[in-house]
Amino acid sequence: MEQSEVMERVVKILTPWVKDEGALASVGMETNILEDLKVNSARLVDVVIAFEDDFDIEIADEDVDQVNTVGDAVNLISGKL
Amino acid sequence: MSAAEKRRVVITGIGVVAPNGVGVPAYEEALRAGRSGLKTQESMIEAKFGCTVAGSPEGVDELCEKTFGEDELLAMNMNHRYASLAALEAWQDAGLERPAHDSEEVDWDTGAIVGTGIGGMDTIAGKVVPLTDAKKIRRMGSTSVEQVMASGISARLSGQLALGNQVTTNSSACSTGTEALVMGMERIRAGLADRMLCGGAEAASHYIWSGFDAMRVLNRGSNDEPEKASRPLSASAGGFIPGSGAGVVLLESLESALARGAHIRAELAGGGVNCGGHRMGGSMTAPNPTSVQRCISEALADSGIDPSDVDAINGHLTATGADPKEVGSWARALGRGPGELPPITSTKSMIGHGLGAAGGLESVASILMVEKGFVHPSINCEDVHPEIEPHAASIPHEMLERPDLDVLVKAGFGFGDVNACLVFKRYRA
Repeated sequence: MEQSEVMERVVKILTPWVKDEGALASVGMETNILEDLKVNSARLVDVVIAFEDDFDIEIADEDVDQVNTVGDAVNLISGKL
Repeated sequence: MSAAEKRRVVITGIGVVAPNGVGVPAYEEALRAGRSGLKTQESMIEAKFGCTVAGSPEGVDELCEKTFGEDELLAMNMNHRYASLAALEAWQDAGLERPAHDSEEVDWDTGAIVGTGIGGMDTIAGKVVPLTDAKKIRRMGSTSVEQVMASGISARLSGQLALGNQVTTNSSACSTGTEALVMGMERIRAGLADRMLCGGAEAASHYIWSGFDAMRVLNRGSNDEPEKASRPLSASAGGFIPGSGAGVVLLESLESALARGAHIRAELAGGGVNCGGHRMGGSMTAPNPTSVQRCISEALADSGIDPSDVDAINGHLTATGADPKEVGSWARALGRGPGELPPITSTKSMIGHGLGAAGGLESVASILMVEKGFVHPSINCEDVHPEIEPHAASIPHEMLERPDLDVLVKAGFGFGDVNACLVFKRYRA
């Protein structure tokens, strides 16, 4: 799967939880999920479950801790495909 | 403190999600028409319930999708959805603006006491238990706690409406919603808040209803006629029909309402709560008639209204064996003999027993009756119970136009032998 496609799907999955819709318009690999998109940190576990379901992968808790930016998520998922 | 010295509390907003009407206009129309919202429930048939009829509001998910954000809905079970829709309707009915979710302003003078009897049983049964038993704890995600914690429904409202005063969830079984209004009134009277959203909510879930079916307190005899299944006050009452939904009322100090130029629907002149102590005929599941009578009398005393001035009663009246005792308690508390009771009606005859939502749903009905001057019919009691027969003339089988209706008393009683009573009065400056 192309990285651009992974990126597109990651952004789509994140969208319901994004509180700053302006930041979503200019989203990129460096966009921070909590600080820029203002996703509630408690909801990250729901985002990760959605990643697992959408990409049919498993993400370990310790991997989740390393995800700060959209790019971190894209790279983590791409590495498991 | 005499009634005249107490800070006056008025109702400036109402909202409702009921089995026979979602939204106040639809609910009022159904109440006036005596239309039942009770239907056969496939979930109850499949689970082999004795009673297969219940009340469940319709079109709620579609309405929620138009009203709330996608992320918010992921964390809103049925209880949250009902309470949120009713609270938002009450809020907007009161002429208040819905705050933006990214606004930093908090309304420190407004709180919420919105209760529930059972709570997030649909989440517990549909998610927490199966995923825990399957050893899939992670799959629960982040939203199960906020949906099963009792205070989840009022906490949800705080987030939606930026409420900064007391936000809590009371629980007193079937008197929950009625009790919530008493508690909110007391807080406003004490000068601790200007506005309180008060009421109750209960989900439509066969997991909530199954325990009642096991107790054989649900009517098993009318499964083929769901609209006739809830039969309070009748000789053929064979138990209650479970209902669900939410009713929420915005209580406000009179000063605040006048300062805002708000439309005042009615006054909450007084109220009271007590418990029968599981003595004198009371138990976990049966009301102590003396405590019921005391609760009504104390609520009236709190309001400063003479029992002889009560124009209508919206009873608890569930369609169990407690109905005749309740009517007796009303007669004693108001000092009225046979033929002297004011019109006494049961909203449950149309919507079933909303459990923790009942007091909220029925308070909205009561407020509409006081404001608009009518008494809705109590349906399905053509065959009045023999013990209630002396008061049969007081039961409205059709809607009564009562433009001079001034005082309506509403009571709710619950398992645990708990009672709550409200005195609604037509607002006059």
